Amino acid sequence: MRRTVFPHKVLPWLLLAPQLAITLIFFYWPAAQAFRQSVLKEDPFGLSSTFVGLANFRKVLSDPNYLNAVQVTVVFSLLVAFSALAIALFLAVQAEKIIRGKGFYRTLMIWPYAVAPAIAGMLWLFMFNPSFGTLAWPLRQLGIDWNPLLDGDDAMALVVAAATWKQISYNFLFFVAGLQAIPKSLLEAAAIDGASRRHAFWTIVFPLLAPTTFFLLVVNTVYALFDTFGIIHAVTGGGPGKSTETLVYKVYNDGFVNLIMGDSAAQSVILMVIVITLTAFQFRFIERRVHYG
Amino acid sequence: MARIQLQDVRKSYAGQQVIHGITTDIADGEFVVIVGPSGCGKSTLLRMVAGLEDITSGTISIGDRVVNGLEPRARDIAMVFQNYALYPHMTVRENMAYGLKIARMSKADIDAAVAKAAAMLELEPYLDRKPRALSGGQRQRVAMGRALVREPAAFLLDEPLSNLDAKLRVQMRLQIRDLHQRTGQTTLYVTHDQVEAMTLADRLIVMEKGVAQQIATPHEVYTTPATEFVAGFIGSPAMNIFDARCEDGAVLLPGGHRVTVADQAVSGDVRLGLRPEDIEIQPEAGNTFPIVLRSVEWLGADAFGYGVIENSDTQVTLRLAGNTHAARGDRLHVALPGDRLHFFSPQDGRRI
Repeated sequence: MRRTVFPHKVLPWLLLAPQLAITLIFFYWPAAQAFRQSVLKEDPFGLSSTFVGLANFRKVLSDPNYLNAVQVTVVFSLLVAFSALAIALFLAVQAEKIIRGKGFYRTLMIWPYAVAPAIAGMLWLFMFNPSFGTLAWPLRQLGIDWNPLLDGDDAMALVVAAATWKQISYNFLFFVAGLQAIPKSLLEAAAIDGASRRHAFWTIVFPLLAPTTFFLLVVNTVYALFDTFGIIHAVTGGGPGKSTETLVYKVYNDGFVNLIMGDSAAQSVILMVIVITLTAFQFRFIERRVHYG
Repeated sequence: MARIQLQDVRKSYAGQQVIHGITTDIADGEFVVIVGPSGCGKSTLLRMVAGLEDITSGTISIGDRVVNGLEPRARDIAMVFQNYALYPHMTVRENMAYGLKIARMSKADIDAAVAKAAAMLELEPYLDRKPRALSGGQRQRVAMGRALVREPAAFLLDEPLSNLDAKLRVQMRLQIRDLHQRTGQTTLYVTHDQVEAMTLADRLIVMEKGVAQQIATPHEVYTTPATEFVAGFIGSPAMNIFDARCEDGAVLLPGGHRVTVADQAVSGDVRLGLRPEDIEIQPEAGNTFPIVLRSVEWLGADAFGYGVIENSDTQVTLRLAGNTHAARGDRLHVALPGDRLHFFSPQDGRRI
């Protein structure tokens, strides 16, 4: 690697300043605020606050609603990350086989990514609304008792579908790039070695895609944990009951709807710890099995 | 082991014909080299035999089976790719065992087959390494090993040495020749390197623009090239080929020189081919023509002179002795070797 040496000390800091400023103002300062808030208890009018130590954390962790949100989040994230990866990989592999109109097909596949989360949520809400949804009616005709407004599992299925649909495009893009990076001659060699297409996929293509898959796993987990707020807010608002209330949604609910700032801040600190741990875990244990070409 | 037969094999891409009807019969255990400049269709032909490209018309059979409609895996062949196509996430051992595992061979048999191939190619110390940790020559040997372990009916190699440096290429060339003599496998080998072609082949297929210009032994290709293209392509430095006219037992050369040739059967306008080493330098004029040297390249054992026929622009390369004193500007008297002249038709380039 080439090292660039600057003649004096100020210039590099100046060049870094914009990025550092953004990181500090939009990431570290709010995070610090969350830490501060999490050990304070605020009066109802927001005029004074008192230091309460870890009381907020104790309260949050013993709250059955919070434990419910943890469970919802685990189910939701696993479903979203897994389906978004699996479907995107399937579509990317199919797109490789197209001979004519490949570019057009890919472009179409990427569009959903440009749709704002709230709009995506509304789209799915309208399609599957039990009373006027275009697609809810055929479901009912098939004998499925479909009602995401009353049934928690139906609601979960709906938000998972909407969240997955939006993320597929992103994953698709990376998988397509990943597939293109695999030399064709490897598959030809496998074909001559006697491998069927399916066998070659699982023994050659899939292992060689591992760096892409791993990267996407990390990104998708974070996406499912945080970026799906808009979809949940638009589709179910965490309901019915609390059956689709994820950790992020509960942070918002307790902080900005119920105005319990201390609880909300404690939750976001816990969430921060969870995400850091999860990502560290992924890098520590899953990445070791990834082969970088 | 098997013979490979090609019967009027053709290939077109979107109406554009790239292989124009190739017919040949490769005997069991024969080493055939397909040689030609880049873009001549030699790799395409090999890939058609492998089953990686479909055949537009004609038939290819391996052993007693017509394989036109068969998948590569059903053709009982092994192939070595130019870029080796090793599976980067597998160790050398796994690379070699991959095909055997698919064939559901027992673990013990796989280990034995891999060990045997590794011993043959001196790969034992590297069996547990990944391809990334190997040098170019070692990777090349792994690719060979992966093909060898399966003991296929035919062995296909697509420019296997072109990614190696010159010294390694010579070593591997000898090793490939040696392997072929030991295994006696029918081999089809594609290269653009005429030295590889000449040294390895039992028989050559010289291709240009999708046409097999000549299918013959290296000796025959060198001594009696079938077309002007083959004459110019095989041999280094290339054969001198220029316009000449034959009449009354003599050859009229560019620059108006006239040299009589005994037993001259050809007459009329021709393209005359003359190998650099066949040119005979005479001490003085007399049934000779003059060449003015423009430069001399001394290579040690011998030297090559580059000059023009006097009073013309026709360039001629000639081989000189290693201890030559010839230098730029010298005028050499050159005789035509009557029995080693090559005449080609100016119309279609065929040998007369």
